[in-house]
Amino acid sequence: MSERREIKINVPVLARVEGEGALDLHIRDGRIENLKFHIGEPPRLFEKFLEGREAFEVPDMVARICGICPVAYQMSAVQALESLFGWRSTSWIEAMRRAMYCGEWISSHSLHIHLLAAPDFFGYSSAPEMARDYPDEVRRGLRLQSLGNELIRLFGARSVHPVGVRIGGFHAAPPKDRVKTLLDRLRSALPDAESLVAWTASVEVPQDRQDFVSVALRHPSEYPLYSGRIVSDTGLDIPVERYEDHFREHQEALSTALYSLLEGRPYLVGPLARLNLNWDRLPEPVRSTLAKTGIPFPSRNVFHSMLARAVEIHLAVVEAIRLLENYEPDVPFVSGHTRAGSGFGCTEAPRGLLWHRYDVGEDGKILKARIVPPTSQNQARIAEDLHRSIEAFGLDRSDDKLRLHGEKVIRNYDPCISCATHFLKLKVIRE
Amino acid sequence: MDRKLRVAVHKFSSCDGCQLAFLNAGEQLVELFELADVVHFAEAGVVDTYAPADVAFIEGSISTPEEQERIRRIRENTRFLVPIGACATSGCVQALRNLADAGQWFADVYSDPSKIDHLDTATPIAANVPVDLELWGCPVNTRQVMTALRSLLLGAAPRDENEKICMECKRKNIVCVMVAKGQHCMGPVTRTGCGVLCPGIGRDCYGCYGPAENINGDSWGRWFQAKGMPAERIARRFLYINSDAEAFREAGRRWKEKP
Repeated sequence: MSERREIKINVPVLARVEGEGALDLHIRDGRIENLKFHIGEPPRLFEKFLEGREAFEVPDMVARICGICPVAYQMSAVQALESLFGWRSTSWIEAMRRAMYCGEWISSHSLHIHLLAAPDFFGYSSAPEMARDYPDEVRRGLRLQSLGNELIRLFGARSVHPVGVRIGGFHAAPPKDRVKTLLDRLRSALPDAESLVAWTASVEVPQDRQDFVSVALRHPSEYPLYSGRIVSDTGLDIPVERYEDHFREHQEALSTALYSLLEGRPYLVGPLARLNLNWDRLPEPVRSTLAKTGIPFPSRNVFHSMLARAVEIHLAVVEAIRLLENYEPDVPFVSGHTRAGSGFGCTEAPRGLLWHRYDVGEDGKILKARIVPPTSQNQARIAEDLHRSIEAFGLDRSDDKLRLHGEKVIRNYDPCISCATHFLKLKVIRE
Repeated sequence: MDRKLRVAVHKFSSCDGCQLAFLNAGEQLVELFELADVVHFAEAGVVDTYAPADVAFIEGSISTPEEQERIRRIRENTRFLVPIGACATSGCVQALRNLADAGQWFADVYSDPSKIDHLDTATPIAANVPVDLELWGCPVNTRQVMTALRSLLLGAAPRDENEKICMECKRKNIVCVMVAKGQHCMGPVTRTGCGVLCPGIGRDCYGCYGPAENINGDSWGRWFQAKGMPAERIARRFLYINSDAEAFREAGRRWKEKP
């Protein structure tokens, strides 16, 4: 009988992600016998403490799920509740929501590319360290991140847990002079956004074609952000309220984030899935900028996620300019009565599809809330990818190299496992 | 001091939003890495959990046995421990389970809660280890963390900002949303520091910076009760973002018990 060698690697923390991920790897005779990726996010039980709250309290509460994409949580929530209550928002409100959401895409994607992902591809441990050798690239990233935050602040007064969103619209319409100032900044950021696309396309990434299912929203005319139907590249095409008929969540041992499957299969949400399904919705000049990179979409290489993020930053800058170009303040919100029943909302958070369902009682209070964040949807896909990637990378490599590659694969998904503590405990068992 | 100040940023149960006070700081973030020796800041890429630090900023509340142990060890290795944000100072929204049947809540969300490592409470850092300064707010902002850090770099004790939002609101000449529009503004009981963002855009403050010094939650509630607000809604105003801050918790509890 072969001796069972158990190696515990003490990697205290998985750096540059938001969350607690753990990886157990069991290798026997040069093959992966068991690989488990799990999230150890300490649960905060949002679904429970939303119960008994009045609808108006929901947007400020759900923002607290994620400091990096609070706007996404607010948008899916207000959409769900308004559709239940039958409040018709105006085209002004819809346009401004899209503009604010663009800010979050710009900020979150810039943060991920520069502070979290890029150091992997250039061999640095952190962005400030990378800034010594690549000052222009890192500073361009920080400029874009700050521009995105400024766009959120225009509507929300601050970029983390912004206070401007309410059911029905916004608490206030931004003053014209502030919009004009920001518009100038957005216009002058276009060259930054374009060069970022070219730069991320030039970064050498592993050539790794994989078979996976992409899921995203699709809108009749726009690149999806605030609204659309849920589609996949396997033929799914459903309205958001039918989500539960096709997607199932379940608990797996050791993971505090629920796993989500589409018809029993893992699937991908997020920038790459969105671009794979919606590249034909990119407006000019975004489409040409992408074409110039020579990288064709849809792409089967998950490492093209970083490029997809850069493309979406460019898109968000272009969209924000379009939406704010002829800005006039308007009535900032609509209102009406609450109504009992179930409301559904789904928008594209920076990390992908973010689906909400609220059951509301006669008294206007939340009876039940269900929130399916992008990272729990990507969890099964990350596990599947890790399995393949680590095998392709070579199981005979040192534990340290295996761990680093595993981290790189995980980081590429930009997992937003907020409410977590960042431990990648890699346990390798070799037999 | 002949060596650089050693700074750590730690994360416990939270949304990651307070770390953004650093990560969104742009040029100042790069500067921080030059002025100080950043010994641990996982999200920025520096990992050494138990490295000795002169100043440790702590984001998040304590909600698992592992976190209890980790904060204890970090305290041992830190000279000046600074909880940042509502999670770390008052438990934030997840502390609402402290007032509920937490066991039932876990059972409702997970098919097998025994597999989930957790405590039935989510508590502020100061409930677990001694702290040296608290920066309140959900989230804290770059000005707060950098001001505190600058004070410490200069060897001065940072100032505790604990006056009421109303004071700053008046100084900014903002029309009172409570008096003029009847909105249930928490300004009279809430700690300053945010820059009066909510009344600044014409809405009510919802208390995300936690209680100010010496508040009168009963009086605040009576003002709104006289205008017809039900006691249970008054209670919910206190039991919201900073429900485990003593002054809010007690005010909320009293209003909850009123008929």
